[in-house]
Amino acid sequence: MVRFVARRCLQAVPVLVIVSALVFLLIHAAPGGPLAVYLANPNVRPQDIERLRRALGLDRPIWQQYWTWLWAFARGDWGYSFSDGRPVAARILERLPATLELIGASLACAIVLTLPAGIVAAMRRGGWFDRLMTIGAMAGISLPGFWFGLLLQMIFAVGLGWLPSSGRATPGGGDVVDHLQHLVLPTTVLAIVLASGWSRYLRGAMLETLSLPFIVSARARGLPARRVVLRHALRHALGPLLAVVTVDAALLVSGAVVTESVFAWPGLGSLFTEAIARRDYTVLMALLMLSGSAVIVFNIVADFAHAAIDPRIATT
Amino acid sequence: MRLPALVLASLSIAALAAPLVAPYAPERIALADRREPPSAKHVFGTDELGRDVFSRVVYGARVSLAVGLLSAVVAGACGIAIGGVAGYAGGATDATLMRVTDGMLAMPRLPLLMIAAVVLQPSVPLLIALIGFAGWMELARVVRAEFSALRVRGFVESARASGADHVRVLARHLLPNTAQAVAVSVTLAVARGILLESALSFFGVGVHPPAASWGNMLYEAQAALATEPWLAVAPGAFILLTTVSINLIGDHLAGRPSS
Repeated sequence: MVRFVARRCLQAVPVLVIVSALVFLLIHAAPGGPLAVYLANPNVRPQDIERLRRALGLDRPIWQQYWTWLWAFARGDWGYSFSDGRPVAARILERLPATLELIGASLACAIVLTLPAGIVAAMRRGGWFDRLMTIGAMAGISLPGFWFGLLLQMIFAVGLGWLPSSGRATPGGGDVVDHLQHLVLPTTVLAIVLASGWSRYLRGAMLETLSLPFIVSARARGLPARRVVLRHALRHALGPLLAVVTVDAALLVSGAVVTESVFAWPGLGSLFTEAIARRDYTVLMALLMLSGSAVIVFNIVADFAHAAIDPRIATT
Repeated sequence: MRLPALVLASLSIAALAAPLVAPYAPERIALADRREPPSAKHVFGTDELGRDVFSRVVYGARVSLAVGLLSAVVAGACGIAIGGVAGYAGGATDATLMRVTDGMLAMPRLPLLMIAAVVLQPSVPLLIALIGFAGWMELARVVRAEFSALRVRGFVESARASGADHVRVLARHLLPNTAQAVAVSVTLAVARGILLESALSFFGVGVHPPAASWGNMLYEAQAALATEPWLAVAPGAFILLTTVSINLIGDHLAGRPSS
């Protein structure tokens, strides 16, 4: 087990290096480079740009710049935001709680939807619930999230006036109820999309498990159907689902960009769209690195969790 | 399976024959008819410039379907090439290419495309290329797994022994054996391409107005949600209809009949 984890961590190092190189090249391949926004500004004189270029090290060879940037990034020195001059790390940290709150709420709701849907659909294969869930999940994975968000806003915020259409709290006000009301619509969008994919996955895994010999033998020993499904089959099908959930959770760090922007949720996704609009390259690089690293780290966690549930994984 | 195929066929025909199907020119501005709710004259209503929403949806289908299909072709070609070489060559080549694939997979797809789109201000063909380049990784993994399992099989050895070169082995013996996996993956890439184009256009960095795309119509609708809600309904419904149909066909190809 220790060797398994160590090997997976070691494999992740080159992937991280590749991610960082991709991020770096993408930003530096931009016409005009990271200073493009200043080049277009008539108030910035050419000598100022030259001074900035030297101060930021942009006059040095590209591999040297890359190495300096990577080393600084690894030590936690993420530079300063182009748009307001504050440290990038501070800008990200102040937005992190909102994103974590949205991700947490969405994951919890999605899991609550997924477990009964996937299990019941697999137990009553071909029944009305199975067919309904299959159609619903297919619609969910095909749904453009931003359109779903717009529809919810149109119906529940503009039309019925039940819920606020955007933001994290009413300006000035903001007790717990107000806060939760703001959370409902963005969470619904993310949870429905996640649960659609997961319940399809769980249904498939359950169906596969239910035909395995150990389930047949458990049934033959006369165990009640409920016990066979919940204690024997579910445990077996949960391992792969857990891996999918873990990786999806990491993808949400950036995957919430669309939802956060539709609902003006002040998290990392909104920070990303703001940074795009202002060509705030230091913030963009840090956000891309952060979400790339999150995916890599959570992939290892997923493997580890899967191996903990099913020890055979670690030996392959 | 029949219904989704029928839906996609009708959409494609409508898109190709857009000038015949659309009752108005998509960019025709008629300020006297602006902000009209759906009626017999304008079945999906009109927008704030008096343009006919139905006509714009029909012309938008051209962009969405073209971007979806062609970006999937780009993704398919890259995926087969990279996965094929990795799986067939094995060793260090395989390890290097797969680490690059892992790296690309770890990058958030939509944010990456948004940055590239802002930086490059792409035309539609460039947009197709970008979406394609962001979508080859899943297929590359599939092809690589199939190829590395197949290349040690007897029929490959016998083909090599009878004088077939590597290109022939790859094209005639290995690729046909992965046809189903490739078909499924490319089909799903079409739906994903349509969703990515609409999301990019929704953020204002994809297809630029006045040309109509389903995504940029929703971008314009967002500002008028309270006063002209009909603007947001039709383009989104067509995106959903298209992607559901494509995904159903993908499921069918994968042998998971869900309809």
